[in-house]
Amino acid sequence: MLGEGILKGMAETAKNFFGSYVSKERLTTVEYPEERIPAVEAARVFPFLVYDGADWEAGLRCVACQICEKECPPKCIYIDKSKDKKPDYVGKQQFYPTRFDIDISVCMSCQICVEVCPFEAIKMDNEFELATDDRFGGLLYDRKQLARSNEYYHSIHPTEASEVDARLGEEKAKVEAKAKAAAEAAAAKAAAPAPPAPTAGGGS
Amino acid sequence: MEEIKAAIEAAVPGAGVEFVPNPGSAAEHSLRLVPASAIAVATFLRDDADLALDFLSNVSGVDWPDKEIAEKVKVTRTVTKTVDGIEQQVEETVDETRKRVEPGCLEAVYHLYSVAKKHGPLVIRMRTGNRSDRVDLPSLTPVWRAAEFQEREVFDLYGIIFTGHPDLRRLLMWEGFKDHPMRKDYVEPDDYEYEPTPHDQVLARALEHKSRD
Amino acid sequence: MSVVETKPERLDGWNRPPVILPDGEGELLEVAMGPHHPSTHGVFRMDLALDGERVVRLKPVFGYLHRNHEKIAEQASYLASMPYTDRLDYICSLTNNWAYALAVEKLAAQEVPERAQYIRVILGELTRIQNHASSIGFLLQEMGASGTPLMYAFKEREKILDLFESLTGSRMMCNYMRFGGCRVDVSAAWLDAARKVVAGLPQFVDEFETLLSSNEILMARCQGVGVLKPELAVNAGVTGPMLRASGVDYDIRKVDRYGIYDRFKFRVPLGDHGDVYDRYMVRILEIRESIKIVEQALKEIPTGPIMDAKAKIRGFRPKPGEAYGRIEAPKGELGFYLISDGGPNPYRYRVRPPSLINLTVLEDMCLGSNVADVVLIFGSVDIVLGEVDR
Repeated sequence: MLGEGILKGMAETAKNFFGSYVSKERLTTVEYPEERIPAVEAARVFPFLVYDGADWEAGLRCVACQICEKECPPKCIYIDKSKDKKPDYVGKQQFYPTRFDIDISVCMSCQICVEVCPFEAIKMDNEFELATDDRFGGLLYDRKQLARSNEYYHSIHPTEASEVDARLGEEKAKVEAKAKAAAEAAAAKAAAPAPPAPTAGGGS
Repeated sequence: MEEIKAAIEAAVPGAGVEFVPNPGSAAEHSLRLVPASAIAVATFLRDDADLALDFLSNVSGVDWPDKEIAEKVKVTRTVTKTVDGIEQQVEETVDETRKRVEPGCLEAVYHLYSVAKKHGPLVIRMRTGNRSDRVDLPSLTPVWRAAEFQEREVFDLYGIIFTGHPDLRRLLMWEGFKDHPMRKDYVEPDDYEYEPTPHDQVLARALEHKSRD
Repeated sequence: MSVVETKPERLDGWNRPPVILPDGEGELLEVAMGPHHPSTHGVFRMDLALDGERVVRLKPVFGYLHRNHEKIAEQASYLASMPYTDRLDYICSLTNNWAYALAVEKLAAQEVPERAQYIRVILGELTRIQNHASSIGFLLQEMGASGTPLMYAFKEREKILDLFESLTGSRMMCNYMRFGGCRVDVSAAWLDAARKVVAGLPQFVDEFETLLSSNEILMARCQGVGVLKPELAVNAGVTGPMLRASGVDYDIRKVDRYGIYDRFKFRVPLGDHGDVYDRYMVRILEIRESIKIVEQALKEIPTGPIMDAKAKIRGFRPKPGEAYGRIEAPKGELGFYLISDGGPNPYRYRVRPPSLINLTVLEDMCLGSNVADVVLIFGSVDIVLGEVDR
C-alpha cells in the first residue's frame, strides 16, 4: 500500500510520544539549570593546584620545575620560579612558584600538564560555569585562584586522590625510614668506643 | 622495490627513476621521478596489469630549505717567510673554513595504493629545481583525479606550480593572499589580537605591537 | 546590466563573465551557498551556477576553518600534537587519535600490548556507531525531517559519549591514545556499562530503520540521486562508506588488517547504485557490523598492561625516517604522513583528510540535479569542516 512506510514511521514516533508519559527512559531531556546531571569522576575541565594542610602558600605541592609549562600544547601556563626555598611534605627544601598563571581562555583541557607533573601538584578540576564579563583579565587565573585543598581534590576525584595520597605517604615513609636509619647509625658510631690503634707490622 | 623500478624502466625508456631509501624502521622506501617523464611513469603505474596502482591516496609537499654548510678545507699557499734570516717562498698548508649554501628545494610526495589488487603503498617523489624561481612540476591530476584538490593545497601552502592542473588556485587561504604558509621561512603577520599570557618571542612581539598603537 | 568583457587568466571565484545560455534567453544565476548556511555542515561555501533550478556548475570553496594544524605540529612535540588531532574530525576524536598513534608507532617501531589493542577496537567501533548515527540524523534533518530522527540518533549517541566521559574525562575531545598504548586502563565497571549500552544498540537500529528505511518520502528523494560511478570513485580517491556504496569492496580494516581486526568476524556492506539511498543503507549496515565487532571484543578482552613498557612520555625522539599510517575512520581513509629528523618535533606532519578528498567528486555528482538535491548529496558525503580545512 502506498504510504505504508510513512505510517510505520509515524507509529514509531507515536509510541515514543505516548510512551514518554508512562516510562521514564523515553523522557531524556534534563532541564538544566534546575536539574543537573552529577559529574562523572573522571571529568576534566581546567587545571588547579593542590595544597596540603590549611595554609595554601606553605602547603602548595608545586616546586616550579616548569615541566608542565614546557609540555603544555597551547602554552597557556606561565611560571616564575622563586629565589629561595621552602620545605615540602617530606621536609626537603624546594623552590616554589612566585607566579603560576593559567589562561583558561587558551587552555584546551587536554590534561597533559597533569600527566607529566612528577610531583602530583596540578590536577584537573570539573567546574565549568566560569563565565565572566571581564574580557582582559577575568579568564587569567593566578596561583591564589588556582590553589585548592587536598580535601577538595578528594571530593571531586576520590579514587585518584586516595591513590595519590597512598603514593605520597609511601614516599614520606621511605624518606623517614632512611633518616631514622642514618640517625641510628650516627648514634651507634658516637656511642661505640674508639677502635684500638693498629700495631706496627701487624697482619700478614 | 627493485622489480618495480626495473619494470618502470623497461616500460618507459629514459625514465630516470632513482631509489630513495627510508632510514627509519618503517622501511617505506620511495622512488624519485624526473619531472620530464613523470606523467608517462604515472600512466604506466596506473595501467599496468600487475601493479594496477589505481588509487592515489595522499599528496604532500615537503620543504627542504637552503642549508649553509661550513666545511674545513686544507688550502696550500705559497707564502713569503723568513727562514734562518733568509727570505724564501715556503709552501704552507692551513685549515680554512669555507661556507657554501646548498640550495634547497620543494618536494611533492605521492602515496599510491591498488584497490584492484589490494596492495601498496608505493611512494613516489619529485623535486623542484630550487625554492624561488624553478618551482614547477607536472601535475598528476590527468592520471589520478584524487590529486586535484591536494595539488591545489600544495600550491597554496608551499608554492609548487603544477603545470597541467585544470584549475590551479588557492584552496585553503583566501584569493589575494601572498605568501606560502607551510614553508619553513614563513613569518606570521603580527597584527593579531593581544593575548594575556604568551611566552618568550610571542610576548615580545605582542608588546612591541601594542606599544606601536 | 552590461556583460563583463574581461577574460581572466585563471579561474577565479567571482571574476567570471556571466555565461549566456545557448538559446539566448538570459544568464545563469550565480548563487553562493554558504558559508553561513544551516545545511553545509559547518563553514563551507559552494559557488553554484544555476539554470532555473538545475545545477550547471558547482565549485566548492573552503578554508574558513583553516588553523594550519600541520605547522602547529611542526612546532610542538609529538605528544603535544595528540590533543590537536582530536580537533580534526571533531565528532570522531578517538579514531583520529588512533590514526596518529599508529603512524608514530610505525615510525618508531613500537609494539602495542594486547589489552590496549582491544580497548582501541572497542572505542573505535563505538566512535563509528555514533558517527554514522549522527550522520544519518543530519541527512534526514536536511531532508526536512526537522530533527526527529536526529534526536533519536543523539539519544543513543549520548549514552556512548557518557561512556567516553567516564573513561577519558571528556565527551568529545578525548586525547586518549598514546604512542604504544592507551592512557588510562578500563575498569570492570566500565566494561559492564559498555556491555549494557551495546546490548541496547540493536533495538535502537531497528527503531531507526522502522522510522526511516521504507519511508516513501525518503526513498523518492534519495534513490537515483547523486550517482557516483565506481571507476570515478576509485580514480578520485574517494574512500569510506561513499566508496563502498558505489560497489567497490575496499575497507582498510580488511585490506591493511591494522591492529587486531583480523580476529573479528564482520562483513563489509556494499551498495549497488552509488546513490544517496545506498550511502544511507551502507551506513546503517555498518552500524550493525560495528555492534557485532564491539560485542566480540568485549567478550574476548584479556588482562594485561595497556602501555608499551619502553614508551616514553617526555623526551620522545623517534629515529630519522618517514612513515605513512592509515586507518578506516568513519568518514574514510584517515592517514598521517610523518617525516622525522631525530628531534622532538616532527619535520613534516601531514594529515590525509578523507572529507576533503571525498569532496573532489561533489561537482560530478551534483551536475544536472536540483538545489534541494545538492543539499542531500552534500549531506551524504558526510564531511566535517575541521578535517577538510585542518
